[in-house]
Amino acid sequence: MIEQYNVYAAKLLPPEELFASGHKACQGCAPALALRYLMKALGPNTIVCNATGCMEIVSSAYPDIAWGVPWIHVAFENAAAVASGVESGIKILQRKGKLAPGRINVVAIGGDGGTFDIGLQALSGMLERGHNAMYLCYDNEAYMNTGIQRSSGTPFGASTTTSPAGKAIPGQKTVKKDLLEIGVAHQIAYAATACTSYPFDFMEKVKKAFSYDGAKLIHILAPCPTGWRTNPGEVIKHGRLAVQTGMFPLYEVDHGRYKMSMDLPFLKPLKMYLSPQGRYRHLSEEQIAIIEANLKARYAKLQALCRITAEV
Amino acid sequence: MAKNPMELKWQEIPLGFVWHQPKSSLNNHTGSWRSERPIWDEQHCIRCGVCALFCPEACIRTDERGYFHADLDYCKGCSICAHECWTGCIKMKPEEA
Repeated sequence: MIEQYNVYAAKLLPPEELFASGHKACQGCAPALALRYLMKALGPNTIVCNATGCMEIVSSAYPDIAWGVPWIHVAFENAAAVASGVESGIKILQRKGKLAPGRINVVAIGGDGGTFDIGLQALSGMLERGHNAMYLCYDNEAYMNTGIQRSSGTPFGASTTTSPAGKAIPGQKTVKKDLLEIGVAHQIAYAATACTSYPFDFMEKVKKAFSYDGAKLIHILAPCPTGWRTNPGEVIKHGRLAVQTGMFPLYEVDHGRYKMSMDLPFLKPLKMYLSPQGRYRHLSEEQIAIIEANLKARYAKLQALCRITAEV
Repeated sequence: MAKNPMELKWQEIPLGFVWHQPKSSLNNHTGSWRSERPIWDEQHCIRCGVCALFCPEACIRTDERGYFHADLDYCKGCSICAHECWTGCIKMKPEEA
């Protein structure tokens, strides 16, 4: 009876931890939380291809490993290519009868640097060839592992070590690349954004992604207290504010059909999101007003896309 | 692997390291990083499990009565549980030297 309803209770989650304790992530690491939710949603029948990045380093510090599923570490640029190969290999082995038939989930994981900048061509190839695999980009909005260098996922105005705020520049000079639109432009089966502050939404999206054949892309915002210069205990609150202020809208694109996961009747003032973060401390009121106007325009565009594609 | 991997010489480490034991990070007790420990007030705890849901270390588990407690071998003291608790029943207590 209960299977027919989506019951969102923390106690009903599977108790098995496939991303185990003892990994070496910083205190309050939300990307580690994202991987924990991913493994709870997928279960043990999964193969993970992990690009270099924070989550590869912290989960596989020699001689220990935190993963409870088959896991392969690959270079920054080819996580999606390796996932394509794993998926094709499984297909061939099952066709030859050397592997029992059944679904094996293949996931490629990359950070925002490994996805937006370095791994983009491999990701594009995987999406274009339509491999039955999912790419998960955990986005903490800079190269946090090497010491907070800017990536093309860093939003406008954020101060990093290679875009330091000062008299010459107000932090990052360019706007954040829209990864999901790049994914959608490949006409893939499923693409969605998620946030670690909304775990059930994320787990539902992972399950929905794996109910389709073909390439899938999920872009999850995972606040990094070290790089964002915030209190480790408040990462969940910051993720929630990123969604509620419209800085990171949650939506999904299911076979080209846009749908807002949280259609907010009004957006909270952006200052609530920016002011607790040390990387935005230098922004003036005018700069915040410019960012807010841009994100409102983007949010309105998304809502319009939802209306238009619902009719098609 | 018979020998402790931390005692191998560099010539003995195989090229392209392969882990044979999943979840071996459980040997790695990160609790020593902690400067504050979470304390649950069982009078106010409603056993909802939000603390366990948002724990990045996956170290908060239930006891036999359904109350939640952190495994202090792994808890890094990030205080996410204390910030997210609905009833505010989790308090962070500084570790004594």
